[in-house]
Amino acid sequence: MDEVMLNQWLVLSAILFSTGVYGVLAKRNAVVVLMSIELILNAVNINLVAFGAHNGTIAGAVFALFVIAVAAAEVGVGLAIVLLIYRNRRSVDLDEVAQMKG
Amino acid sequence: MAQNIFFYVIAAIMAFSAIRVVTVHNVVHAAMYLVVVLAGVAAQYILLASEFLAATQVLVYIGAIVVLVLFGVMLTRAKLGEQVNLTNDYWYVGAFTAVILFALLAFSLLDHFGDEPLDQAAAETQLRDNTEQVADAIFGQYVVPFQAVSVLLLVALVGAIVLARRD
Repeated sequence: MDEVMLNQWLVLSAILFSTGVYGVLAKRNAVVVLMSIELILNAVNINLVAFGAHNGTIAGAVFALFVIAVAAAEVGVGLAIVLLIYRNRRSVDLDEVAQMKG
Repeated sequence: MAQNIFFYVIAAIMAFSAIRVVTVHNVVHAAMYLVVVLAGVAAQYILLASEFLAATQVLVYIGAIVVLVLFGVMLTRAKLGEQVNLTNDYWYVGAFTAVILFALLAFSLLDHFGDEPLDQAAAETQLRDNTEQVADAIFGQYVVPFQAVSVLLLVALVGAIVLARRD
């Protein structure tokens, strides 16, 4: 318990990742789904930084920076799409967006 | 060890807040719990000797992305009071998937990494001149991906404007 384990961060990241997956699958509000995607991306970043620190290379932090940049782009475009759905349907309920259902 | 005490306190707050993000019935409260999780991630970066990344996390995530999400909440006029049910009819499938996923991840992590300690000496090599090392890596070895990310951000900016523009 006194020693700092690599696994501490990996299991914390697994908790965040699973929570995010639950949010993506189970929420019907599109904005909450975007927040859950942020949880997933942050879980990945913790993993990258933990392994980077473990190996003593800066590459983990650099890739985490790239993931942050891609997450910013993703949330920008994602919210624009959500706004468009809201403007056309007066609702952001993902259960109602089902025209492509077979 | 002090590092472990901080880790477990912050990790407990983060896990609680992450679960609240996906269970709370009010979108604005979910965004506030998301702020707590993102701040906790920044604290974990500091524990992992990546101070530049911690500063970036606070600036980009808490400063920009959460504000953007709150704008999304306002523009889609989610009711600000106690919200109706935010979960869909198949939430138990999601819960089942998440629990199985976590069990598999935790099992394989504990099985493979077990009691492997974090390499403290390796981690401390990043602590000295952390920002300088990140800058050297981005503008040296990783300059091509860095330029690609710049173009991606530009494309996302133009795409978001085209999508959200009224005409």
